[in-house]
Amino acid sequence: MSLTQGMKAKQLLAYYQNKADQDAREAKARGDLVCWSASVAPPEFCVTMGIAMIYPETHAAGIGARKGAMDMLEVADRKGYNIDCCSYGRVNMGYMECLKEAAITGVKPEVLVNSPAADVPLPDLVITCNNICNTLLKWYENLAAELDIPCIVIDVPFNHTMPIPEYAKAYIADQFRNAISQLEVICGKSFDWKKFKEVRDQTQRSVYHWNRIAAMAQYKPSPLNGFDLFNYMALIVACRSLDYAEITFKKFADELEENLKAGIYAFKGAEKTRFQWEGIAVWPHLGHTFKAMKGLNSIMTGTAYPALWDLHYDADDDSMHSMAEAYTRIYINTCLQNKVDVLLDIMEKGKVDGTIYHLNRSCKLMSFLNVETAEVIKEKNGLPYVSFDGDQTDPRVFSPAQFDTRVQALVEMMEANMAEAE
Amino acid sequence: MSKVEAILSQLKDIAANPKKAMDDYKAETGKGAVGIMPIYAPEEMVHATGYLPMGIWGAQGKTISKARTYLPPFACSIMQQVMELQCEGAYDDLAAVIFSVPCDTLKCLSQKWKGTSPVIVFTHPQNRGLEAANEFLVTEYELIRKQLEATLDVKITNVALENSIAVYNENRAVMREFVKVAAEYPQVIDAVSRHAVFKARQFMLKEKHTALVKELIAEVKAMPVQPWDGKKVVVTGILLEPNELLEIFNEFKIAIVDDDLAQESRQIRVDVLDGEGGPLYRLARVWQQMYGCSVATDTKKGRGKMLINKTIQTGADAVIVAMMKFCDPEEWDYPVMYREFEEKGVKSLMIEVDQEVSSFEQVKTRLQSFVEML
Ligand code: SF4
Ligand code: SF4
Repeated sequence: MSLTQGMKAKQLLAYYQNKADQDAREAKARGDLVCWSASVAPPEFCVTMGIAMIYPETHAAGIGARKGAMDMLEVADRKGYNIDCCSYGRVNMGYMECLKEAAITGVKPEVLVNSPAADVPLPDLVITCNNICNTLLKWYENLAAELDIPCIVIDVPFNHTMPIPEYAKAYIADQFRNAISQLEVICGKSFDWKKFKEVRDQTQRSVYHWNRIAAMAQYKPSPLNGFDLFNYMALIVACRSLDYAEITFKKFADELEENLKAGIYAFKGAEKTRFQWEGIAVWPHLGHTFKAMKGLNSIMTGTAYPALWDLHYDADDDSMHSMAEAYTRIYINTCLQNKVDVLLDIMEKGKVDGTIYHLNRSCKLMSFLNVETAEVIKEKNGLPYVSFDGDQTDPRVFSPAQFDTRVQALVEMMEANMAEAE
Repeated sequence: MSKVEAILSQLKDIAANPKKAMDDYKAETGKGAVGIMPIYAPEEMVHATGYLPMGIWGAQGKTISKARTYLPPFACSIMQQVMELQCEGAYDDLAAVIFSVPCDTLKCLSQKWKGTSPVIVFTHPQNRGLEAANEFLVTEYELIRKQLEATLDVKITNVALENSIAVYNENRAVMREFVKVAAEYPQVIDAVSRHAVFKARQFMLKEKHTALVKELIAEVKAMPVQPWDGKKVVVTGILLEPNELLEIFNEFKIAIVDDDLAQESRQIRVDVLDGEGGPLYRLARVWQQMYGCSVATDTKKGRGKMLINKTIQTGADAVIVAMMKFCDPEEWDYPVMYREFEEKGVKSLMIEVDQEVSSFEQVKTRLQSFVEML
């Protein structure tokens, strides 16, 4: 009988998350290759090559959620990383430096021994993609330089005009072919195009079930608590090209559908208002943010961040233009107008009553257009919004009191609007 | 006033009064100006329209107030200034603004121009080794060409482009020569003057600038080289301003013998080569050839090595890292560079460049103790 038989989605999530790290440790022990990857870089090529994948952003988020970020941030600080650099990047550079020291001296540094970080091996290569930010180019340059390992770059140029032009897709597809030939050299074997097709099909199945989950937020009341998307995100990031993600998401979507049929909703009978969360979660304070909203009977039914991994494409398209498009159309890699359209769509589907904007100290790209985005959206649909100061992994930036005051104000506005409508 | 002093004073005037430079140009030619946002744009294309390309590199000491509404305090110092000026309408006389987006801040800024000038945005490809990247950039440049033609109601012919390319190549070559001359004659070209020669370049037609700098070089070179009893440094970063800061260099006899500033030598590092391909293709190749810059992706991370080589070639005593406040691409480069400096025994000092501040006491103390240590 398989180990996972009878597991609930939540158990599957934990099981496969650990397994992915375990796979990487075992690969390393066997002398096989391990790759560290940016969260929305295409994993299809490496997975086809049988390379084990680790995702530093997810890993750093995990460290943050387990309150272990400060130690790693201090290591990065000693190496000269300014507090202004993205905290995912700093946590990861800190962690990498610890692993490197352990590899050189044979002794695990104290901070690593005491760290709640999941144990992952050093990479033999890295792959990055700037569809969420150019910071990921700088960060991966540094990983490659400090470890003296190859770096595969998939550059998806910022789409200042929409729709995405053909010449951009052609450039990206060319890079896909280039990445394949880089990998053939690194791995010393030729690329298996048949397996590549299977991996792409697998990725599409994972994405399909991921979208099924997100779609559950359209129901009112909602069977899905949007914060769960933040939890399950780990697998759409790290395992979308493996069946780990598909199995887990299918299970979760099925559970949600059953709940819907049975009239079981996320907030039981307490759902009063619905909100959109714009930006990354505040991992070290995830519990606080969730509880604060739950306490106000407000449920998250829209968030564009997990939807970044809605990477649907035509797996039969050998030109790879469709895949190129999927990886470049990420809403934060497009002009303001398109960003606004994407958010409006999410708000409409999730039937939200207002938006919380995370002004993320780490993330310039996901912060510097917040004011304009909020203004244009407000003009279009009239819904209220608030903004709070946070950071996805540096625990020092977020102030629970500020958050509480802001969201309280939002909920009051949302409730007032509802009362007026009635 | 000596000839050298006269030329330097002319360039200093232009550097200090860009608005006047633009108005004079308009009066003289009947044509306007086009803003060039940092860091790289195919300026040659603007030159070919007959409009004056004007660099947009912030301002000095402006208190940020209106920009606060649109940018959180952790946006880089230069873009805070640019945003403040946009809000004040300072750029509204520009016929257009060209925006490249090689960092996250610029991507966002390109979508939120608060002035009235039309904005032309283009993206640099970052997988720069590939031919496909050149082809991508050519298409982006074709779009810039079309937008410029439509906005300015001019035709950008290949003949005009080739002419502009030659003008720019010559200016770059002369400026590279100037860098060497300034290093040899720090008594004549001090830090403030050196910067003015670079800065004036942003607000003048390059052929005029070339002529003046050539004259300057000839005059300086006619003088005997004097031994330098101060220190020599290579500076790196986005920019090193204002004059008050550079005066500290002068005061402590710190000669800038080479630079890797985005506002200065990165602008003249790579020429448009002759050879096969039309002008747009050759302009695109400049980006492919670019190196040692924080916004031009380089998985081999050659910037630290480049700077170390510069110190060896110029006999510099140290590298000064002028860190633009809140500029994350530069901040990401720093740890790797710093480690390489340490490994090779190259002394370095990082100072913060904040365009909003007007007091330099702290930097002064740091530079002073650093110089004493060298
Ligand atoms: S948090 Fe922002 S800056 Fe950091 S990796 Fe993610 S998108 Fe990039
Ligand atoms: S972050 Fe740095 S590279 Fe980007 S606009 Fe600011 S100073 Fe320039």
